Amino acid sequence: MNNGYVLQMKDISKEYYGNKVLKGVNLNVKAGEIHCLVGENGAGKSTLMNILFGMDVIHSTGGYEGEILFNEKITEIKSPKKAMELGIGMVHQEFMLIPEFTITENIKLNREITKDNVISKILGDRLRTIDSKRMNDDARSALDRLDMNIDEWVRIVGLPVGHMQFVEIAREIDKTKVKLMVFDEPTAVLTESEADNLLKSMKKLASSGIAILFITHRLDEVISISDNVTILRDGELVKTLVTSESSVGEIAELMVGRKVDILNKEEKNKKQVKREVILELKDFSVHMPGEEVKNINLKIENGEIFGIGGLAGQGKVGIANGIMGLYPSNGELYLKGNKLKLNDTNNSLENGLAFVSEDRREVGLILDSSIELNIIFTALNIQNKFLKKYLFFTLQNSKKIKKHTDEMIKKLDIRCTSSKQNVGKLSGGNQQKVCIARALTQDPDILFVSEPTRGIDIGAKKLVLDLLVELNKELGMTIVMTSSELTELRKISDRIAIISEGKVAGILKPGDSDKKFGLMMSGTKIKELQEEVI
Amino acid sequence: MAEVKEINKKNSQLKSFFIKNIVTIIFIVITIIGILLSELSFTFIVNELINRISRNSFLVLSLIIPILAGIGLNFGIVVGAMAGQTAIIMVTYWGITGLKGFILSLIFAFPFAVLFGYLTGKLFNKTKGQEMIAGLIVGFFANGIYQFVFLYLVGTIIPMKNTVMIKPDGVGLRNTISLCGGDYPDGIKYALDGIFRLNLFYFMIIGSSLVMIYAVYKILKNRNKKYIPVKSSGTYITYIIIALVFIAVSIGVLVSGSSLAMLKVPVITLAVIAVLCLFNVLIMKTKIGQDFRTVGLSQSIAKVSGINVDRTRLIATIISTVLAAWGQIIFLQNIGTMNTYGNHMQVGMFAIAAILIGGASVTKANVRHALIGTALFHSVFIVSPTAGKTLFGDAQIGEFFRAFVVYGVIGISLGLHAWKKRAVSRL
Repeated sequence: MNNGYVLQMKDISKEYYGNKVLKGVNLNVKAGEIHCLVGENGAGKSTLMNILFGMDVIHSTGGYEGEILFNEKITEIKSPKKAMELGIGMVHQEFMLIPEFTITENIKLNREITKDNVISKILGDRLRTIDSKRMNDDARSALDRLDMNIDEWVRIVGLPVGHMQFVEIAREIDKTKVKLMVFDEPTAVLTESEADNLLKSMKKLASSGIAILFITHRLDEVISISDNVTILRDGELVKTLVTSESSVGEIAELMVGRKVDILNKEEKNKKQVKREVILELKDFSVHMPGEEVKNINLKIENGEIFGIGGLAGQGKVGIANGIMGLYPSNGELYLKGNKLKLNDTNNSLENGLAFVSEDRREVGLILDSSIELNIIFTALNIQNKFLKKYLFFTLQNSKKIKKHTDEMIKKLDIRCTSSKQNVGKLSGGNQQKVCIARALTQDPDILFVSEPTRGIDIGAKKLVLDLLVELNKELGMTIVMTSSELTELRKISDRIAIISEGKVAGILKPGDSDKKFGLMMSGTKIKELQEEVI
Repeated sequence: MAEVKEINKKNSQLKSFFIKNIVTIIFIVITIIGILLSELSFTFIVNELINRISRNSFLVLSLIIPILAGIGLNFGIVVGAMAGQTAIIMVTYWGITGLKGFILSLIFAFPFAVLFGYLTGKLFNKTKGQEMIAGLIVGFFANGIYQFVFLYLVGTIIPMKNTVMIKPDGVGLRNTISLCGGDYPDGIKYALDGIFRLNLFYFMIIGSSLVMIYAVYKILKNRNKKYIPVKSSGTYITYIIIALVFIAVSIGVLVSGSSLAMLKVPVITLAVIAVLCLFNVLIMKTKIGQDFRTVGLSQSIAKVSGINVDRTRLIATIISTVLAAWGQIIFLQNIGTMNTYGNHMQVGMFAIAAILIGGASVTKANVRHALIGTALFHSVFIVSPTAGKTLFGDAQIGEFFRAFVVYGVIGISLGLHAWKKRAVSRL
């Protein structure tokens, strides 16, 4: 039964606490093949890789269903160590390198070559002396296989990112008998020429008989390098294609494509009146680690729901955080024509901007205090609402607070035992509503909402989205919603900006084709895009 | 233009050297001012310094491994000191004196220190990121148990009957225990120091000669090898010149017959310290040493690459605790009397202040930091009471200054460290 497959994953399913994240996925990789795995965030790519590597998260949550064949033998991978022993290598997206160590030390991390000395013979192997000469030789030959002419005794600190990536790869190929290598979005952090070099090396590795599993969202790379491509969506296998018989457009469509019922399309069209610009971003950059925003220009119109979409790590989350002054930013911001001071959260709040953070539990809420306090504290601090003066003392006006909170609980349908309940005890959806209630208490002109539906169940998702639409329609509030879920952006937004590599890839209408969205998210240049679409 | 550039480069190098070694430089200045103010005789200062360096270096050196393993400053060495004192109490009670008693107390201290180190290490693994405060509190807590055992259990549950060591009422140990050596010995005083003492300047001549031989050997070796040596031949020539100066000074002092010529050094104690220095250097070249460094630099990466992080940290803590126990025994054999309930208390604070003054930080330490730090810290200690007296007319002020130095140094170093870390993360 020799079919040449190094890895076969058959009918893999995985549940996290009753939430199915993988539904019967198949994946087959041959020796010497470059196999691409594409899909949106949350499509199940990382879960699949976690299963392949026997990560703790999988086994501590009840394991998986289906079977894995490695070298045509049924294998159960119980730990990352076992995966390594089998010959599965992984090049991580974030570098597993110690900057203070030399390249050799990093390549040989915990696989140091040692030699005997007097003491180790008595007290055991861990006291064996490190044989740096042989380690250097090994590192040299691994680097040579990648055509890297950098010295092996240089420290990682100060090396360009591209070199670090190669050190990671050198580490994997230095592990003898590596048969399958997984590259998890390795080109995301590289410059164009570095990425080209990397792809060349991958081809070279593949031609030496190593199977390569390449996770990426850059579809042009998929086309240029891979033999086959597997597309995942919502935990399901959409299709496995032979790359040469496919196109960027087809892959993009398959990646995004799902039925989207665009809400009240006619009504939207009716509102196509020219509206005034309420917030303008000029050359706006935000230094948010992992979500860098680079010199973007955007105009947000009064009374619209403006969606910001894109893949994780591309910078969409950084925009709202930068505007609110939570991460250092530079550039220019104009609110109703007036220049807004940057990097001053207080000032942003005072000027009628409210923010519902994507990090509900850390930034958004004080988990062990009451719903009341959580709802009023921004308004209390910034706008001096809910305060009462008693001679020289200013105290909280608890009656007014209670009244307001009860109103909010009723209006937003927050399910709780009383307004004094700790928010930590509420469900995710209700916590999100508390966050929104707090933002509303400020009476903001613009409401920034980041990832409002992350980590809450489907029913609550709908409620939150409906609430946003209602606020927009009834109070005329301008809403800027950032979300990883394209579906919900397309459901409620008037316009959607897609952010890719820290820049605006383009602004789309909710009704635009799946293909267009998919291509923009994968960073295809707009020019190419137009050709594709036409 | 090129020259200007060269000067600028030199300037910035000088500046970064100053910033990096700011704590050490401040203390060199303080020490020099203190020596000038104190009006103590040079002979006295040097004699005290030899004493204190041989007495304290071992304890300070026990801090290096935990720092490299990412645990930080191990305030838990207080527990190790208690293990050492427990062993000394046992040995003294059984009347085993001199070198035999000293070696036996090293052996007895070992199992206690391993146990205490194991428990401390377990706690450190549970309080990652707060090891320093945890270590400090462990010291206080262990002190409670220590007092309970030796103040109450001795003479009641632990059957000890010894009129000299036990309080008159028969329960609990006395506040001070004599470890005197001599003709009628009852302890381990000078068990190690007294084996072989050599005139300081003979010692310096021999030491300098050894350095010279080593340097010449290295220069010859450099000449033969093709690859770039770690240190250039020029460095070794500097070593030779310094050694020659030392020899010349030594001969000069010996010939002049000044009071300095009478000074002696405990050669064996220094040899033991040298062995520990070598141990600290060599262990870092082994597999476990590499693990210490990896864990110290990034726990998450160490974990991913299959290193057992908790176990590695545990081993580092145990080694440190055992070394501290032995260090305390060396310390007490030099002092000659044991303050049963007091000697261990300040061990952690003083050793940590010393290594910080030497230029170590929470994440970086080496043998050089420990030795320079010990010398500087104790110089300040020696001169501060008399310096205080000349300056303010009151020796007490100098005493205040000592306490100020210890706590101030720890506080400032930790503050600087946090500041540096933030400055880096902001980049």
